[in-house]
Amino acid sequence: MAGDDIMADAIITAEGLNLVFETADVPVHALSDVDLKINKGDFVSLIGPSGCGKTTLLRVIADLEHPTSGKVEIAGVSPETARINRLYGYCFQAPVLYPWRTVIRNVMLPLELMGMSRGECVERAEKHLALVGLQGFERKFPWQLSGGMQQRASIARALCFDPELMLMDEPFGALDEITRDHLNEQFLRLWERTGKTVVFVTHSISEAVFLSNKIVVMSPRPGRILKIIESKLPSDRTLEFRDTPEFIDVAHQVRLALKEGHSYDDD
Amino acid sequence: MTMTEAMAASPPSGPTSLFRRACQGRTVPVSVVITFIIIAWYAGAVYLNSPQVIEKFERNNVEWTMGQMIADSWEMKRPVLPSPHQVVIELYKTTAQQKLTSKRNLLYHAYVTGTATLLGFVLGVILGVSLAVGIVHVLTLERSLLPWIIASQTVPILAIAPMIVVILGNIGFTGLLPKSLISMYLCFFPVVIGMVKGLRSPDPLQMDLMRTYDATPGQVFWKLRLAASVPFLFASLKVAVAISLVGAIVGELPTGAQAGIGARLLSGSYYGQTVQIWSALVVASALGMVLVYAVGLSERYVGRRMGARP
Repeated sequence: MAGDDIMADAIITAEGLNLVFETADVPVHALSDVDLKINKGDFVSLIGPSGCGKTTLLRVIADLEHPTSGKVEIAGVSPETARINRLYGYCFQAPVLYPWRTVIRNVMLPLELMGMSRGECVERAEKHLALVGLQGFERKFPWQLSGGMQQRASIARALCFDPELMLMDEPFGALDEITRDHLNEQFLRLWERTGKTVVFVTHSISEAVFLSNKIVVMSPRPGRILKIIESKLPSDRTLEFRDTPEFIDVAHQVRLALKEGHSYDDD
Repeated sequence: MTMTEAMAASPPSGPTSLFRRACQGRTVPVSVVITFIIIAWYAGAVYLNSPQVIEKFERNNVEWTMGQMIADSWEMKRPVLPSPHQVVIELYKTTAQQKLTSKRNLLYHAYVTGTATLLGFVLGVILGVSLAVGIVHVLTLERSLLPWIIASQTVPILAIAPMIVVILGNIGFTGLLPKSLISMYLCFFPVVIGMVKGLRSPDPLQMDLMRTYDATPGQVFWKLRLAASVPFLFASLKVAVAISLVGAIVGELPTGAQAGIGARLLSGSYYGQTVQIWSALVVASALGMVLVYAVGLSERYVGRRMGARP
């Protein structure tokens, strides 16, 4: 592939990114010289131990934090412009459904804010709730749903205005492993169908390997990128795929990279 | 995942005795408390009224027994503390046996005070909510207004009430409005405090979500802050409506008002009619309970519309 082609395909580029949080005692170097290129259609996982800056990096891309130095571009524009143009949908660690809105009205929230007509809001929300398997739950309030269902509703909310990019911050982190496996598989199918670019923060190795075609291994103090592992797992993989030698090989590479970053050391 | 999983489990049904149901409900606890209050009240009436009764016996040189003394202390014309049944009889006489529009009817006086209370409550809520909205959105307002708002509540209302009445009377406002303004003065405070807290209650993630959608401050207010503040608002409203009633009654005291619960309290104390004072007090607290209950009902209604757990 020629260099020009890669440039044309890149949807997120970060160059020399630094972010220092000034705290009361010592400044915290959350991101240190981060360079990253994410191509259109990629499923990229950011993995690393707590404090490695993976969430911070995602928040910088989303214009929720401002880098101290360096440059980020999303589809050729600044993160702020990207945010204002609603280029991305963001999923938080918690579902962040507003408890006073029904499930469908939660999904309609971004559409309402964009000034869409009521009819179009409802139509889009219903379509995306069906996409995440929540048809029949439109009129329920969030507390009437299980944790996994709530998180699926938040994915529907992030998808419903059809952004090019999905930024996901440990969306399944708070769920039990069985639910998480189930949602991983469903989400992979969803990604294959929609062809969105996904940046996915996780600290589960198996989740990262199962979902992504590019795994960015990060390390703390200062938060930096250690290694980027490209993985070419078959696209129609199911949960059983995690017992194959290919899967175990990629997972092993991730674990080695984490070890290099002293992620398993005692402090 | 199935529908049943998301549904709340229904309570187990089975034969429950009437007694157990009553114990689980409010009936038994409430009646036990009321019984104790009534017993203590009768005892208090004997204790407080007995000196006068005994004095009267001795003045007339009559032989008296304990039973007589107790019976008499419950039936005095101007007791220090009237007994419950005297108050009940007075209440019956001054509500059911009078025309509703008559000035002898306590319900008429309750209506007069009630309208002033409600107008003051509405004004206070409007003032309180507007101040809270300003304080949450403009930092300068928080610094400049909040100390004054707090200071306003440290001044005894009894001291301010006559001045408000006199000043407003001078510029031609009498009757309902001065009382309502005193109510408003008392009841905007809990509304400001509750609403400031409520409007600031959205957590950082809820705010971040709005930011990712590039929501305007107006959208954040209407779709997030206001909705999040509703439980705080209702907690404040319950306090506000109760002290709004206090404000209206206080507002009736210095005016020499012709009508209202405050006027009844005042005329009762002029003529030493303790029975009248106590029945006015009972009506005042009943009115207060009705108002607080009405706020509670609307809270339940709004809560159900906004997905509160039953």
